[in-house]
Formats: sequence, C-alpha cells, structure tokens
Amino acid sequence: MAVSSEELGNTGTLKYPSRIKLPYTWHAGKAGSRFYREIKDHRKIWGTKCHRCGWVYVPPRETCPRCFLDIDEWVKVGDAGTLLTYTITRYSVPGIQPLEPPYALGIIKLDGASSGLVHLLGEIEPEDIRVGMRVQAVFREAREGNYLDIKYFRPLRS
Amino acid sequence: MDKVAIIGVAQTKYQRYNPASHAEMAYEVTCKALEDAELTIDDIDNTITVCNDFWDGRTISCMTITEATGSHKVPTTNVEGDGTYGALMGIMRLLSGLHDITLVVAQSKVSEGIPAVITNAMFDPVYERILGLDAINSSALQMRSYMHKYGITEGQCANVSVKNHKNAKANPYAHMPLDITADDVLKSRLLADPIKLLDASPVSDGACAIIMAGEAVARKRCSNPVWIRGVGHCADAYHLGDRDLADVDALISAAGRAYGMAGIQDPVKEIDVAEVYDAFSYMELMWMEGLGFCGRGEGGDMIDSGTTQMDGALPVNPSGGVLSAHPVQVAGLARIAETVLQLRGEAGARQVKGAKVALAHGIEGACGQGHCVFILGR
Repeated sequence: MAVSSEELGNTGTLKYPSRIKLPYTWHAGKAGSRFYREIKDHRKIWGTKCHRCGWVYVPPRETCPRCFLDIDEWVKVGDAGTLLTYTITRYSVPGIQPLEPPYALGIIKLDGASSGLVHLLGEIEPEDIRVGMRVQAVFREAREGNYLDIKYFRPLRS
Repeated sequence: MDKVAIIGVAQTKYQRYNPASHAEMAYEVTCKALEDAELTIDDIDNTITVCNDFWDGRTISCMTITEATGSHKVPTTNVEGDGTYGALMGIMRLLSGLHDITLVVAQSKVSEGIPAVITNAMFDPVYERILGLDAINSSALQMRSYMHKYGITEGQCANVSVKNHKNAKANPYAHMPLDITADDVLKSRLLADPIKLLDASPVSDGACAIIMAGEAVARKRCSNPVWIRGVGHCADAYHLGDRDLADVDALISAAGRAYGMAGIQDPVKEIDVAEVYDAFSYMELMWMEGLGFCGRGEGGDMIDSGTTQMDGALPVNPSGGVLSAHPVQVAGLARIAETVLQLRGEAGARQVKGAKVALAHGIEGACGQGHCVFILGR
C-alpha cells in the first residue's frame, strides 16, 4: 500500500497514516451457539442456570462466573424485561456502530434472568426512555445467527 | 513483608499530540527517571514496560521500545494493563530477591489511534461488540446506573470536573488545566447521556517511568525513598450485565487488601492525599465509595462537603487527575508518580502540606472492571 507521510502540525516531525486490517473468525462456543440457534430458529431466548447460586445467565454461560462451576441447566427466559440503565450515543464512529447516531443502548433484565443483557432500544424517543420501564425484544425477520437477530428492545405494549 | 521503595520518577508533559514517537517518549522518561534517582542505566538490572498492542497499533509492541528503556540484555517483561499493574509487577520482581533495581516504563500515544474503535474491541466479539459499545457509552450506562441507584446528580459529577481541571492549573504535566464552572460542564456537548464532553477525560499522549528498589538498596542509594506500604488488586465480572454497575465490589476488595497491608483503618483520617483514576467525572465519586472515603452512595455528598478540595481533609487528584490528562495505560503509573512527588514535598504549587501517606489507584477494563490500589508513605 502506498502511503505518504504528512507534516504533524508545525512540529517539524512527520506522521505516517496507515490502516490495520485484521480478518478474524470467532467461535461462539457451545452455549453461544445454542443461544443464537434458538433465537434464529424459534425466536426464543434461553439462558443457563447455576445449580448452586441459582443465577440465570443471558447470554448463557457454560461456567458460573460467581461459583466457578459447570452449568448444564438450560432455562427459557422471557422476551420482555425491565430496563436497568440506558444511554444515547450521540457521536459518530465510522465502522463500529450498528446505527446512525443518535441511537439508544440499554441493559435489560429479562423476565426470568438474573444478569442483564446489553442491547439496542428502538421505537422510542430518547426523552421518553426511563430506568425501570418495561421493554420487549423485537426479532429480525431475516435472522443470521448473531446478536442483531434481536433487532432492538421496544417499549412493552400491554 | 520486606519493603520496596520508589526511588525515582519521571513524566512527560501530557498533550494531545506529542510529536515524539513511542520510543522517543519512553527514552525521555527513562533518562529523566534515572536522573531523578541519581542512577545510570547500568544500575538497572531489570525492566518492565507497560503497553498494549491495540493502542500502539502493532503486535508485541513492548519489544519495539527495548532500546529506549535500556532493556537489552536485562530481564524485561511487558504488562498489558494499567501502569499500576506494572508497578505491582515491580514489587513482585524485587520481593523475589532476584533483582535489585527495577525500571517501570509506560507510554501511550492515544492520539495515533481512534479510541472508540480500540475500546470497542474490549467487548465480546460474539455478543455486544456489534452494538458499538466503547469506553464512553459503556461508562454512560454505568453513570446512569450509579445516579439512579444512589440519587447522585449530574451537578455533583460536574463538580468533580471543575475541581480537577482547576487543580491541573498547578500541574505542569497536565494536559487540560481549565477554569470552568459546573454550568460549563452541564452545558457542554452531550456525548452519551448523561456524559457530556467536560465529564470525559481528554485524548492524551505521554509517558511515565518509576524506579523501584528493595529496602537495603533503597536505603543505601536513595536519600528520599518513598515506601510502598500496601497494595491490593481485584477484578469483577467481564460482562457488564453480570455486574451491578452502580457498585464497586472489586475496588472494595482491592482497597481492603491494600489497607490491611498498610494498617489503615480510617482512610480519610490516615491518608493525606489521593490520586484516583477519574476517566469520567462520576468515576471519582464511585471510586471514593469503593476506597471507603465515604459510605456507599455518598460520593455526591463527599464532593459537596469540600473534603476532597485542595484545602480539605483529603485532597483527591491534586494533579488534576485523569480528567486533566488521559494517556491510557500510563495514567495509573502517573497517579503513583504524582503521589511520590507529594510525599517528597516536591509537588510545587499543588503540594498538599505535610503529606506523609498517599493513595494511588488504577483501573482496567470497561467501567472499572479491575482495580489496583497503592498506599505509599515517607
């Protein structure tokens, strides 16, 4: 790749603009694979439950972070839950953001889960978002087996 | 435990664009730390670098600055984490009895990369990384959680920023000395609610070095050693959803270990000055709770009380803190270097009079996943 150096301000030194590209393939692991298959094929969210402390982890874990024990019990959790916290990202970072800013993110405690799930919030104006509000998962029509198969969480309609 | 001392410190001035290269910055602080300790490179029998490949933009980046730290032909290892962990490794080296004098060097050129892209890469690539999480918006989730749980206000967080930027005016190393009001902070540009521009630390380049020695060597070679009285570290869960982001369990544990070693029972009474890792304004309030400077949820009252101002009972971040200069990886080591200057009585216009016991604190991971606490004394 041809790269030319540029003057850094009036410092008399040069800077060297370039780019790091690093293709990489991550393995989702046993628990992550089942988590994504259930969402993709059945629109159901599953977690795993530690038999000692009773915590239900979503996304599911194979080892309890609290007890350092194997977890093998799978439990279906709700697709609705309670918003624990949220933010609106208002700055643009090309290449890493799933939506044009401003966009809303929150941590949702799904019904039946003990841990929180970080995800996007949609179908709501930023000023209407409240900690403690009830939200519900909206699944993508064309699901690919990744985190955005849940499109976002929207306010729960009663 | 045998004692370990810090016998030399050095920092660059922190700034947005330091025209020096990584190695040039490392060389500058290595030479200055040697001068400060009245040693030569031949006295150094082992070195520790602190750097991170993602931030440095190359693989095994530590191996590219060995010439700048005088590390050829002596044992050298890198710590990929905050600078406080580099100093922690220095203690271990010296207490092993295998080494006499350890040089720890941290350098960071945050301006060269894109911080949000780099910090996005700390999140799980199989799960939440795709959401565009980075250091700012993940911290915003924590700030909201903390404010909601304990009734902390944005104004109280803003007061941390006002205090620290003002303190920075007396620190020649600081990047962002500012005269601002809480109103300026509250009206600054919203980055990720509730974090505004002036709640956030700047993009800073810079380097810091410290030289450490065991007790016998320190007493022989140094007229003003600063002793490490205690150290503790602890980490919490990786996934943000596994933690109560409003709480600081790992810091409570880390501080408890450091206090236990140092024999500290009442930190506010016994500690004279503290430098904590305030990457965002709200963090200083949370970390004060974890350090036991106040009760849980009382960080807002603590800043309101004036206790942590320069003329209060326990000045926090006289240097201006990380809010006034944030060279990532370096910032925790800079906290240690600052407390060494305070304990030697060499902190100039920001000197806390008669400081005898100091606390330095570093974090790593998203939202303070890990904490490292040092207690230092004269």
